Amino acid sequence: MRELALNILDIAENSLAAGAKLVRIAVEADFGADAMSISIEDDGKGMSEEMLARVTDPFTTTRTTRKVGMGLPLFKYSAESAGGEFSIASAPGKGTRVRATYRIGHVDRMPLGDFGGVALQLVTMNPHTDFLIEAAADGQRGALDTRELREALGEDIPFDAPEVRSFLKEYIRENLVDIFGGRL
Amino acid sequence: MKSLEELRALRDKMKSQTDNRSVAAENETVIKVGMATCGIAAGARPVLDALLDEADKRHLHDVKISQTGCIGMCRMEPIVEVFKGGQKYTYVLMTPDKARRVIAEHVVNGNVCTDYLIGGSAN
Repeated sequence: MRELALNILDIAENSLAAGAKLVRIAVEADFGADAMSISIEDDGKGMSEEMLARVTDPFTTTRTTRKVGMGLPLFKYSAESAGGEFSIASAPGKGTRVRATYRIGHVDRMPLGDFGGVALQLVTMNPHTDFLIEAAADGQRGALDTRELREALGEDIPFDAPEVRSFLKEYIRENLVDIFGGRL
Repeated sequence: MKSLEELRALRDKMKSQTDNRSVAAENETVIKVGMATCGIAAGARPVLDALLDEADKRHLHDVKISQTGCIGMCRMEPIVEVFKGGQKYTYVLMTPDKARRVIAEHVVNGNVCTDYLIGGSAN
């Protein structure tokens, strides 16, 4: 993984696989404190304590085709190699919350990358899941809530219709990307 | 600034178009991009973007592009599966440029890009 945004996409895919109805993603930066955090929270099926204890081990996976699962280990590593911390909480039937923190100026911190592109992909390619995606930096906040967008657009027009997609692209740039001013 | 008001206006404008679009589903091409950890790490996102962009530019309304999980050959990622005319074509080690070529040559003109297929000469 070369971008934190790709880690976000990867972890959010786990939420989708867990049958989440709502996925909340937040990227927050405090440039004064040289700190940033990423959290992904879902209301999917969650996991047992026993699974939770093993889940950052690369040789743990829910897949049946092979025994390797790299998503969470890579995300954990991205934080711990950049002066930050990683945490995960989960309860069966309730959902899962994953959080990673970073020192923004740490030499090994991966760039955020194309966060807007990832947000667009998640929202347009997963019509049956709602997303609340938030960005915050130095007191400024922006958000995208697919429940709000769905209400405005109506039920019968999909988010991946070309016209809607280009609206969302701009909407995401204004609300979730510009806030960081290219500094992440 | 983009507002929700603008989205409501878009809804009204598009209402009349949706009906025409759903009719054309007969000859649909389905394209799937592997988007598990292996695919993402290998560059599946730019490949997906290129497919969407190219399909959009050419106004291909009968092409359905979606993502899927791990296809099972992680070292061949990014993998793009094209389902067309009752056949499945598995393109491996894809790049955005190759993806655009697949849309132009295979999806639009019906000439399979054999070089990029699994077992093809480009891999």
